[in-house]
Amino acid sequence: MPVLETKNLTYQYGAGTPFCVTALDDVSVSIEKGELVGIIGHTGSGKSTLMQHFNALLKPDKGQVLLEGKDINENKQAGLEARFKVGLCFQYPEYQLFEATVYKDIAYGPANMKLDGKEVDARVRQAAEYVGIPPDMLEKSPFDLSGGEKRRAAIAGVMAMRPEILILDEPTAGLDPSGRSKIMELIVNYKKTTGNTVLLVSHSMDEIAAVSDRILVMKGGKIAMFDSVKHVFGRVSELISMGLFVPEITNIMLKLKERGVGVRTDIFTLEGAANELLHLLFLH
Amino acid sequence: MIKDITIGQFFPGKSFIHKMDARAKFSLMFAFIIIIFVCKNLVSLGIVFGFALFMIILSKVAIKTILKSFKMIVFIIILTSALQIFYNSKGTVLFDWWKIKVTDIGMLTALFMAVRIITLILSSSLLTYTTSPTLLTDAIERLFSPLKILRINVSTLAMMMTIALRFIPILIDEVDRIMSAQKARGADLETGGLIKRAKALLPIFIPLFVNSFRRAFELAYAMECRCYKGGEGRTRMTAMKMHIRDFFAVFVIAGLLAGVIWVNRVFVALI
Ligand SMILES: Nc1ncnc2c1ncn2[C@@H]1O[C@H](COP(=O)(O)OP(=O)(O)O)[C@@H](O)[C@H]1O
Ligand SMILES: [Mg+2]
Repeated sequence: MPVLETKNLTYQYGAGTPFCVTALDDVSVSIEKGELVGIIGHTGSGKSTLMQHFNALLKPDKGQVLLEGKDINENKQAGLEARFKVGLCFQYPEYQLFEATVYKDIAYGPANMKLDGKEVDARVRQAAEYVGIPPDMLEKSPFDLSGGEKRRAAIAGVMAMRPEILILDEPTAGLDPSGRSKIMELIVNYKKTTGNTVLLVSHSMDEIAAVSDRILVMKGGKIAMFDSVKHVFGRVSELISMGLFVPEITNIMLKLKERGVGVRTDIFTLEGAANELLHLLFLH
Repeated sequence: MIKDITIGQFFPGKSFIHKMDARAKFSLMFAFIIIIFVCKNLVSLGIVFGFALFMIILSKVAIKTILKSFKMIVFIIILTSALQIFYNSKGTVLFDWWKIKVTDIGMLTALFMAVRIITLILSSSLLTYTTSPTLLTDAIERLFSPLKILRINVSTLAMMMTIALRFIPILIDEVDRIMSAQKARGADLETGGLIKRAKALLPIFIPLFVNSFRRAFELAYAMECRCYKGGEGRTRMTAMKMHIRDFFAVFVIAGLLAGVIWVNRVFVALI
C-alpha cells in the first residue's frame, strides 16, 4: 500500500473571483514508503500547492488525499494527525523562526505534539545533530545565525517532530554552494538513518538527479511524468519544452555524443561520468 | 480567510473612475466621506449608500472581492450597531428583558450606523482599488503642497503614506504564509481561552515584525540605489491634467451634497 496517495486532486485559488487560478488539475499520484521523490516543474506549476495538500493545510476542491490509506480530510482529527505525520518545511523556512533560542524554536513542533519534556529534549538534540547544529549553537538566538545555519535550524524544527514523511520545499533556494551541499548531504543522511519517506522540491536538476529514487515532473497543475531518474532525464526534449533541463553532467554527455564520442547518456552524477570516461579510455 | 482582505490593493482597469484625475478622485472621495456624515436620516443615507454602490459598479471592481473583504469586518459592524440598540432608550419599546430595552428608534439607529460604516468602507477602499500607488502619492503630494509653507516635508509624507498602503496586501500575504508554516509545526490557533490564543499568536507576530523590518530596510536600500533622496526637486514624467470627466464628477458630487441636505430637511422624522 502506498504511504501517501492523491486521487483526482483538483484545487483552485480564488475560486469564483476574476483571479481564479487552477493550481492543481486532476492530480493522482502514489508514493511508496521509504522512497525519496524529487519534484521538479516550472515556477507556478503547482508544486507548493500539492505539498500543502499532503498535510491538510489546503483542502482539495475535488478528490482525495490518502495517508496510509485513510482520507486526511475526512474529519478534523485525521487532519491534525496528518500535520504530525507529514512534516512540511516551507520555502524560505528561516523566516518563520521566532523563539528566543534555537533550542526553543526546534522544540516548538514537538511541544505542540504534547510530548513530555524528556522526549522533547531528546528529539531536539537529535534533530540538531541531523542538521549539523552543534550543541552550543542551540543556546544562541536564531536571529544571530548565518543564512545557511538559520535554514538548517528551521529544517530541524520540522525533523524534530519525527514525521513519517518529510517534505522539503526548495530547501536550498537562495543559499551559497557550500550551504546547498550541506543541506543536500543532511537530507541524504536523514533518509539513510531513519528510512523515512522524503519529498524534495528543487529547481536544481543536479541535486534532484543525485538523490532521488523517482522524479515527479509537474506542468500547469498536472503530472507530466512520474518515473525513475533514468527515464525522466531520458526525455530531454520534453523537459526542455517545459522550461526544465537535464543535469549539467548529462548535458555534457549528450554534447559528447553529438560530436561522435560513443558515451552513454543515461549518466546523472559526476562519479558516473568519471567511470564512463575512464571506461572509454581503457577501451581505446 | 485572511487573504480575502483586499483593502489597499490596486486593481488595474479602464473604467470612468480609474481614468479620473487622481487629485480629483482623492478630493472627491474626501468630500464623499463628509457627505456620509452630513446624512441625518435613513433616506439621505440610503441615497448616499446607493451612490457608493453605483460608483463600485462603475469602477468594474468585482463585487465578490469587495464582499469577501467585508467578511472580516462584519464583526465590527455588528458590534457597533448592536451597542446602539442597547444605549438607546427613546421611542416605543419593542422588547424588554431585565435591563435591556430595545426600542424602535434604537433599531433604526443601529441600522443607520451599520449602513454608515459600510458606506464609509466601500467608498474609501474604492480610492485605492482604482488608483495606482504612484499616482496616489503624486496626488497626495500635489494636494498637500501648500503645507510646505509650514515646513512640512510633504513629498516624504506622501511617499510614506503610499508605501504604508502598498504594504498592507504584502503583509497580509506574509501573515498567511507564516500561519501556514506554524500550522505545519502543529500550531493551534483556534482552540483554548483568551490567554492561550494570545500566546498562540506570538509565533506569527514575531516573525512578521522581524520580516517587516527586513523588508523596510531592503526597500530603503533599493530606493537609495535608484537615487531616491527625498522628493525635493524631483520632477515627474507625466503631467497631471484635469479632464472634462473630472469637472463632471465634481458637479455630480456637488449635486449629491445638495440632494442630501434637501432630503435631510424634508424627512426630519426618520432619526
Ligand atoms: N496564495 C495564493 N493565492 C493565489 N494564487 C496562488 C497562491 N499560491 C499560488 N498561487 C498560484 O497557483 C499556481 C501554483 O503555484 P505554486 O503551487 O506556488 O507553484 P510552484 O510551487 O510550482 O511554483 C500559480 O499560478 C500561483 O500563481
Ligand atoms: Mg513553490
